[in-house]
Order: sequence, then structure tokens, then C-alpha cells
Amino acid sequence: MSRKIVMPFGPQHPVLPEPIHIDLVLEDETVVEAIPSIGYVHRGLETLVAKREYPEYVYIAERTCGICSFIHGMTFCQGVEQIMDLEVPPRALYLRTIWSEYSRLHSHLLWLGCFADSMGFENLFMNSWKLRESVLDVLEETTGGRVIQGSCKVGGVRKDIPDTVLERMVEDLDPFESELKSLGEVFLKDNSICSRTKGVGRLSRKDAYDLGAVGPTARGSGVDIDLRKTGYAAYKDLSFEPVTSACGDCYGRCEVRVRELFSSVDLIRKAVSNIPQGEIEVKVKGNPDGEYFSRAEQPRGELVHYVKGNGSKYLVRSRIRTPTLTNVPSLVKMLQGCELADVPVIVLSIDPCIGCMER
Amino acid sequence: MAFFEMARIAMGTLFRRPATRRYPAVAAKQMPLSRGHVTIDESRCISCGMCMRKCPAEAICVEKEEKTWKIDRLRCVVCNCCVEVCPVHCLFMDTVYSPALTEHAGVDIVNITYVKPERPAKKETAEEGSG
Amino acid sequence: MKIEEQNTADIELGALIGRVEALKEAGFRLVQIHCTKLDDRLEINYSFDRNYEFQNLRINVGIETEIPSISGMYWGSFAYENEMHDLFGVQVKGMNIDFHGTFIRTAKKYPFREPEFRGEGPCQER
Repeated sequence: MSRKIVMPFGPQHPVLPEPIHIDLVLEDETVVEAIPSIGYVHRGLETLVAKREYPEYVYIAERTCGICSFIHGMTFCQGVEQIMDLEVPPRALYLRTIWSEYSRLHSHLLWLGCFADSMGFENLFMNSWKLRESVLDVLEETTGGRVIQGSCKVGGVRKDIPDTVLERMVEDLDPFESELKSLGEVFLKDNSICSRTKGVGRLSRKDAYDLGAVGPTARGSGVDIDLRKTGYAAYKDLSFEPVTSACGDCYGRCEVRVRELFSSVDLIRKAVSNIPQGEIEVKVKGNPDGEYFSRAEQPRGELVHYVKGNGSKYLVRSRIRTPTLTNVPSLVKMLQGCELADVPVIVLSIDPCIGCMER
Repeated sequence: MAFFEMARIAMGTLFRRPATRRYPAVAAKQMPLSRGHVTIDESRCISCGMCMRKCPAEAICVEKEEKTWKIDRLRCVVCNCCVEVCPVHCLFMDTVYSPALTEHAGVDIVNITYVKPERPAKKETAEEGSG
Repeated sequence: MKIEEQNTADIELGALIGRVEALKEAGFRLVQIHCTKLDDRLEINYSFDRNYEFQNLRINVGIETEIPSISGMYWGSFAYENEMHDLFGVQVKGMNIDFHGTFIRTAKKYPFREPEFRGEGPCQER
């Protein structure tokens, strides 16, 4: 006869880099229930639309989160542009695509490092972040910010990348990819990692779809939801297939992210080889009047920015639905029935980004 | 299964130079575009207050009467917005990051030394600093 | 030229559960639920998606109206419904996991109903 005990997990925990609190109901070593609660970094950014004009709100949208910042800014701009029927120049769209994919590279490498750290694999963590540094250098060189790029604006982008720099970026991708290959080998084939991830945190294909999982969490269970297929920015001209894995456990989610790194590298190469010449921004006149659900694919999944304007320069509502919020129900399902020692690995396997989630 | 894949990577790093730099002793990496901190050319500022109104973090304060331009370095999020909206281009983005602080200071007060050039004596000269 | 079609249907509060059930049967997944405060009424949007086909239901209710939970059809909707309750004070009836206002721990109760900003004083004293 085992007793049930409730064990608090987070918001401060040695292996959890994110401030989320989960009450774990344990029977011996097994988790029978998990009750999440959030709100430790709630800043109420959505209400700031009433105080900031819509061109300045891009800066705030970008600062929702430090890891997916560029895509937040891009999605917000996309929403306002769709309301105002602005035709963004094609070069700007391609530049946005290139920066989005670099953001994805840096986010996935950061996650791989944290994931290794959650198993106590410090050396691999350091190596992932060392590789990520080269991505951040490219971002800083082209936009001026390592983490917050700030290069997206309503109607285009703020900075252009000269063609010589673009060529060099593509050349630098070759050594980067070879290092990525050996790192990916470790994540997908190393004995100790496989034994910590295979069969842990199962999420069936049906559950993933019904609970509304998005991004690598869903694709790791075989649901091929990838918003890049809707063809925003320049993705309509670049052919690519969503990366899926049929495993449905932590290993599957890890595999999806490792393989996405390579698909991102390919997308950057394609985008650079197809980039058109021309303007990088259009002049914006007037104020948005209408509403739009702007959707994009973040490293963590589908991101929705709802923008509603009423013809004044202050928007009525900006709603940011981040992928982590919709992955939480799947996380709760995954945690039921797992071992206590696996909790950090499972929580990290959905790539939580609590700063995004709470806005 | 891969054997000794990680060992290969770890051994490889033994024979390379360190990937990090000893930061305060060695200067941080800088690119020509890096956003470090905002500087002002006080001899050209016309105290129009555009940067103050547009600043997303409310870090800038322009006092017209006292002719001062204040910036709170701890509030500034280094977004480059003020540099873009300045009508006379007197704000610049320096590539050096603001130094770390041990106490809440960091409000830089700059006295604006701009003097409005005298118009030829046709009309009454307007008040200073109307922008 | 829109990137995606925006299909929004304005419906009555009574028809909500039936419409959501029909979407669930058709294999749509829940994308998001959110609230917008317009003067003294609330506009609540329920968005669904199937193979990148976007479908949106909208109800317009008074601020004190109790709305039915859709967590019977979509188990994962508790996150959005608790968020609406914690930020806007929407009373949702019959949630599968009801946090009673502790999902997002805010210092002020229902902060998005009447958002407060720092005063209009000089910039840095705000």
C-alpha cells in the first residue's frame, strides 16, 4: 500500500532553466498526476498596445522572449501588413526567411545543450553552445544584436545584407554542418543518451493531435504540422518537407530537432541562392483597421499573433499565443506514469519557453 | 550505436585553443553593427523630444527648459529606435556595451549645447528649441 | 493578397457547443482561445485548424456572463480557459482542470479588465 505524496517541482530547480511550477503527485517513484501553474514572469506585454504605437510595438513583440525573438517580431509585422494590404518587397521576405532559419538554428542548438544538461551530460552541453556561438556571431554581424535582432519592421526589414556577406555566410555553413553532423551523431546514437530518452515520455499520434500539440512535440509523434507550409515570407518559393519522426517519445522529439537543424541549413542555402535584388522596405502610411490572425512556425511550434486595429495608431488588441502554452496539456499527459528521475528530461523535451508563454 | 563518438569530440577539444575569452580582461567581441549604447552629439540636438516619445522603454527624458537630455542606462533596451527617429541625426549607436554597475545609477545627464542659429532679421526669432 | 484565408463566423453563445462539436467531428484541432475587451463587452474567439485551413468562431458576451467550457471536446483547452479567467475574469463553467485563479499568479485580480499603467509624469519618474 503506497501513500500519495505531492512534490513541488520548480520554479527553481537545478536542471530546469525555466520558471514553471509543477506539483507532482507521486506514488513511490512514479508520477500519477502533474498540475502545472505559471505566472512567475507574467509581464502583461499584451496590454502595452494601448500605450505604444504599432510601429514601436514591434520592439515589444520582439522582446516577448529571448530565443525566438526574431520570429515574434516578424509575425507581428506580418499581421499588421496583412491588415493594411502592404506588399512587402521580395528581398525583405527572403531576408526574413534567412534570419528566421538562423534563429531556428540557434534555438535548437540551445535546446540540445539544455537537454544534454538535463541528463547531466555537461560536456555535450558545452559543445552544443560552442557551436551555437557561431550562429549568434552571424546574427550579430548582420543585424547588430546577438539575441534580440531588432531588424524587422512593419513594411520590410531595417537592414540589408550585402551579397558578399551572404556568400561568406553560405561558405561558413559547410564547416558548421560537418561539426553539426558529429554532434548529431552523439544525440541520436550515443548509448547513454538513448537509454535516457528512448521510451520515456510517450505521446501517441492521436493524443498529440487531440491535445493540440504543435512543432517538434507534434512532429516527434508523427503529426506533420509545420506552418512553414502555408507559405508565409519566402517559404512559398522554397521547397521543403516537414521533418517528422514516428517514435513519439523524448528520443523522437530530439531526433526531429537534430534533423531540423540540417533542413534549416538547406533552407538558408536555397534562400541565399534565390535571393532577388531590390528594395528592402515599403513606406507605411495610415493605420491598421481590421483584424488578422498571423501564424508562423517558431522553433517550438506554431505561433499565433492576433492583431486588431480600429484605425487609430494604437491597436485595440494584440494577442500572442505561443507554442509552449498549447504544448502544456501534452506535457501533463506525458508526465502521467513516468519515473521521477525522468521528469526533467520530459519537461525539457517539449522545449518550454516560459517567457514566451506568459507574455 | 556509435561508440566513442563523444570521446572523439572531447579529445579533439583538448588540443584546441579555448573557445571562450576571459571577458573583463579581454574585450568582448564587437561587430561594426553591434548595438552597444546610445551616444548623443549635444551640439546638434534641437530638444524636440521625438526620442522621448518613441522610446519603448521610457528611458530617455528631454527637458526643453533646462536643456538636458537624460538617459537611464538600466532602462534602455538598446533597440536603436531613438537613433532612427531623430530628425537631426544627433544620436548614434556605439558598439561598446554599457559597463556593469554595482548600484542603481546609470542615469546619464547631458547638457544640450545646441544654440539655434539666428535667422536674418525678418521675423521675430522663435523660442529656442522648438522642433 | 492574404497569406491565409480568415474564416470567422459570428455565433450566438447557445450555439457554441454544437459548433465546436461539429468541428471536433470534422477533425479540427484547437489552435487558441482568446478574449478581447471592447468597452464593456467581451469578444471571445475560438480558433481551429485542419491541414492549414483556419476556422474561427466568435461569440460576443457581457462581462459577467458565464460561458460553457469546451474541455469536454478538447482536453487541452483548460490552459486557455484558465488564462481567460485569470486575466479577464471570464467565468467558465465545467472546466476539466479548474485552477480557481491560480494558473497565472497575478498580484492584482483580473489585471486585463482595467489595465493600469504608470502615470503620465515625466518619463523616468513613472
